[in-house]
Amino acid sequence: MTDFFSLYLWPGLIILAQSVLFLVVLLVLIAYILLADRKIWAAVQMRRGPNVVGPFGLFQSFADLLKFALKEPIIPASSDKPVFLLAPLVAVTLALATFAVIPVAQGWVIADINIGILFVFAISSLEVYGVIMGGWASNSKYAFLGALRSAAQMVSYEVSIGFVIVTVLLCVGSLNLSEIVLAQTTGLGTMLGLPATFLDWHWLGLFPMFVVFFISALAETNRPPFDLPEAESELVAGYMVEYSATPYMMFMLGEYAAITLMCCLTTILFLGGWLPPFDFAPFTWVPGFIWFVIKGGLVFFMFAMVKAFVPRYRYDQLMRLGWKVFLPISLGMVVLTALVVQTFGWGAAA
Amino acid sequence: MLGLQAFFFYIFAFIAVGSALMVVLAKNPVHSVLFLILTFVAAAGLFLLAGAEFLALILIVVYVGAVAILFLFVVMMLDLDVGQLKSRAIQYAPFGAIIAVLLLAELIIAGSGTIADPVLASQTALPMAEAGGASNIEALGNVLYTRYILFFQLAGLILFVAMIGAIVLTLRHKEKVRRQSIPDQVARNPSTSIEVKQVESGRGI
Repeated sequence: MTDFFSLYLWPGLIILAQSVLFLVVLLVLIAYILLADRKIWAAVQMRRGPNVVGPFGLFQSFADLLKFALKEPIIPASSDKPVFLLAPLVAVTLALATFAVIPVAQGWVIADINIGILFVFAISSLEVYGVIMGGWASNSKYAFLGALRSAAQMVSYEVSIGFVIVTVLLCVGSLNLSEIVLAQTTGLGTMLGLPATFLDWHWLGLFPMFVVFFISALAETNRPPFDLPEAESELVAGYMVEYSATPYMMFMLGEYAAITLMCCLTTILFLGGWLPPFDFAPFTWVPGFIWFVIKGGLVFFMFAMVKAFVPRYRYDQLMRLGWKVFLPISLGMVVLTALVVQTFGWGAAA
Repeated sequence: MLGLQAFFFYIFAFIAVGSALMVVLAKNPVHSVLFLILTFVAAAGLFLLAGAEFLALILIVVYVGAVAILFLFVVMMLDLDVGQLKSRAIQYAPFGAIIAVLLLAELIIAGSGTIADPVLASQTALPMAEAGGASNIEALGNVLYTRYILFFQLAGLILFVAMIGAIVLTLRHKEKVRRQSIPDQVARNPSTSIEVKQVESGRGI
């Protein structure tokens, strides 16, 4: 019986407590990311944005949460009820599940598994099911067209995201996310004899891949300028058109969780995760977690700015970009990176 | 297999078998596909328990993330008459029975090997050879890109040919479709795209 406690119950409880703490911090962060998104968008358009609830509108997201939770969810009579209700659950659960392998600081990770990046890739390839199930179960033309668009878009851009990840893996030689970050302590800067700085991170060495990854992340999370699944000028609200109250909120939460995940992933793969930008005195005093949040926030700021001032793509342009531009570029970069790593003995092959 | 591992094995196994049954029994074809996806996910869980973490995640990425979505597309787009399908399904029962018997025989042969010679079976039943503590994916890569490189490349070539075949079969160049050529658009300037005409009043062009 003591075995049961020491082997299963106690570690299980610790993991549970860690997960709950992590999720609470994450959800509060997502609430403020949502607010930041609206505020930045408003600032670009010279509006004030949400400013009524709390000081500077700081509690706007929580007011929205209450509103969504208290309203009556309307389920269309001709919808497929179980699938209709399952879809938002799938969307939100998968988006949050991926965070289990995200290291926010040295050793601060719930599941430090060897194949972390593959896990993230696998789970984010499932996120399309929330959209497609919701679109089909709504039994509405707009929702269904939105779901079809979204599925095609997410599957297409996953291909180039996969190749970008492969180039990073070629340089690192490990699929463990913590090791990907630690591999960025040495890089182009240290090769020139400089101390470890932000020049060592992958964004410089793999700059084309950084750009491709950022744009693909926009498409993968259905963010503007690639928000065709919910293009309100054509499809009202795409796959979410029949959703209301809590199920709608869960879709939104899933979407913003996926966006946050993509920001974290960009930070880990290209911006050195929790590493300080300069590896000397005042910068190393700041804990890694803070650096991680700052970098993630910076990436999100770029996400928000793109939303504010880039016009929406047409659907055929989106597909052209994914298959005819990004796929050849990323495929070529995989070959080139492999060649460089193999000939010069940089990275893992050494 | 003990404790937690056995617990999760039974959970995944029951989900896999149950949802596989539902694939056949579900009235709505879209539900069938969704249950098929659940079966894939449960099978991935079983792979994880067997220590084949790479296979588990590749199963999810390839089958659930791509192949099943195509299935779902096709099933959603087709206007299927379920009643008609069900009445014809009985025709295929003999073939289904033959395949089921074959699979069952295979399972029995594999299982009886374990009982007859446990020592030998314990050596062959490992899902992955433990290659000197190398991680699963490293071991697979080492074998796949050295010893089996020919087969690996051939498999890739076959898939490539199949892909080209599918594109050739479906690609039709329509003459009157207006296409967008981005290099042409970028290369336009006022001198190539604007023409000034002197129009006499009262005449028009």
